[in-house]
Amino acid sequence: MCILPFRAAVLLGCGAIMAMAALCPLGRSAAAAELNALVWCDHSDPNLLKPFEEANGVKVNLKEFEGTGAGFAIVDQSQPGDWDVMVIDSIDVPRGVEKGLFEPLPEDRLPLADLYPEVRMDDTTKIGGKRYGITEKFGYNTISYNKDKVDVSDMQSLAALTDPGYKGRLAIYDYYLPVIGMAALALGKKTADLTEADLPAIKDLLLKMKANAKLVGEVTASQTALATGEVDILVGGGEWVTAGLAKENPALDFSIPKEGGILWSQSLAMFAAGKNKDLALKFIQYVLSPEGQARLATSSCYWGMPANSKATLTADQKRILRFDEQPGFLKRAQRYPAPDSALDKKMQDVWTEMLQAK
Amino acid sequence: MSSVRARAWLLIGPAVAWTVFFFILPLAAMVVVSLQDHANGGWTLANYRQFFTDPNYFQAMVNSLEVTAWVTIVSLLLAYPFAWILAEIVPERWQRLALMLAVLPFWTSYIVRSYSWLLVLAERGVVNDAMTAMGLVDEPLRLANTRFATVVGFTHFFVMLLTLTIFANLKQLNPNYRRAAADLGAGRLAMFFHVILPLTAPGIVVGCFLTFVIAMGDYITPQILGGNNELLMSQLVMMQIGRRGDFPLASALSLILMGVVTAGYLLSARWLKLERA
Repeated sequence: MCILPFRAAVLLGCGAIMAMAALCPLGRSAAAAELNALVWCDHSDPNLLKPFEEANGVKVNLKEFEGTGAGFAIVDQSQPGDWDVMVIDSIDVPRGVEKGLFEPLPEDRLPLADLYPEVRMDDTTKIGGKRYGITEKFGYNTISYNKDKVDVSDMQSLAALTDPGYKGRLAIYDYYLPVIGMAALALGKKTADLTEADLPAIKDLLLKMKANAKLVGEVTASQTALATGEVDILVGGGEWVTAGLAKENPALDFSIPKEGGILWSQSLAMFAAGKNKDLALKFIQYVLSPEGQARLATSSCYWGMPANSKATLTADQKRILRFDEQPGFLKRAQRYPAPDSALDKKMQDVWTEMLQAK
Repeated sequence: MSSVRARAWLLIGPAVAWTVFFFILPLAAMVVVSLQDHANGGWTLANYRQFFTDPNYFQAMVNSLEVTAWVTIVSLLLAYPFAWILAEIVPERWQRLALMLAVLPFWTSYIVRSYSWLLVLAERGVVNDAMTAMGLVDEPLRLANTRFATVVGFTHFFVMLLTLTIFANLKQLNPNYRRAAADLGAGRLAMFFHVILPLTAPGIVVGCFLTFVIAMGDYITPQILGGNNELLMSQLVMMQIGRRGDFPLASALSLILMGVVTAGYLLSARWLKLERA
């Protein structure tokens, strides 16, 4: 007789715990000495984080994501104040501002004068005269290749990507915006001026590229394909693919073809609802400092050019990143297409058609 | 009577609460979201319409069904003999060890295993190197980044799953059925096809259904091994979320996928009369 009430109590307890688990948000504790950051994988390198954590006696909690949409989804599912800083495509900073997520940054406390002017991107990182994002790293979606396997002179033109001579030797990076941008460059169009009317020609060119391609892969798959010799050329690759592999395979290189390359740029933004704004600003200042920039630029996940021209890179690191050639590269580079929502959807549908093409 | 009923509710209460909180409510939320317009939040059927009117979207479902069918058939053809050998030929005292060795590869990460297959099937991978060395082919075959690679990656996993369900079924078979069949003059083949195979059908169907459900919804394997040379439904769903965060369209596609899986369950359950009266 006394067993049943005990069982019932246990069941009730279990039920209560489950109900609490279901009803209570599973948020992390946001202690004062913790910074919560939504980041891309290059920020997860302990070599970047440890000096900041040790210098400030804090813990940086990271959550990695890919794609602005996925990042915003995480924010939407969190409690206000859960996050302090976010890494975001520079062209997408206005999307975060529109959603009321970001806090203006104090320009006088940031090394803006040391940033390459071409990557400051004030038209997207500043809104209404206030700075909401600051570029921390940039690079190019262009042509990566194995110089032992291709004619390097061919890699100076985007026409090589549709040359039947390279059939079956290409991989395409699976992100529609930069590769559509490259197709636009090949057609002599400006990425900033793209409209729906340009999409049929872009689609035809993408289909020709696909006919030459062995695979369309995300970062790791396309990098692996180039590194293992499965393909000799990566469309949409750049220093972010080849620089990290330079020691193991010096034959991997990248070019900015005569038509130009697509400039990618990632920014740091601070959350308006963040609970540690002072610490968040310190973190942004650290990442933008010459030391932080060198560590971020050579992160184990992927390398890229530091936005701060005074980054304390070694001579070897500068050579691998082709630091001295940047002024010329930047002159020929065009930005990611930044379509509105309707055009963005149409671009993605063009990409879907390309992926499904046999 | 009422205390019995109250106790029954207490017993099933946690399960009901769990189902409501973690299945019914999220599902209802997905239905609501799938009927919204991504751009302006208004109500619309456009997300469903896109699937049925855009051939590239519909093709993703066809691709998923084709790949899943291949995976299920190949896995079954490999798993049945394997389960048979384990249950009938391997001595009883070694069966546990044999089963453990069979599932040992699955103690490794799913993603690492998929990338390993990519390297094995690569142009200069183990398979092509071996075939070239043996003179079977002059040029390396294109194996990686194809539908074939996706099927191989899936099959590696599902052979084990089907082996376990079929093995369990074979072990439960009453030996008297075989004796009775033998007494009635059935040869080995007739005994297998008329007695053992029908009696192991539940294990086959359970394994095949699990294969169908998991393969239809898996994103990792086709993404890593298929080379994105065609899109499956799971990839199409993920694609809507990445940059655009188009949850309405992703929800609609997920619900359509769920509808197909549910239809698969109803068909298989009905055909094999798995439901209890």
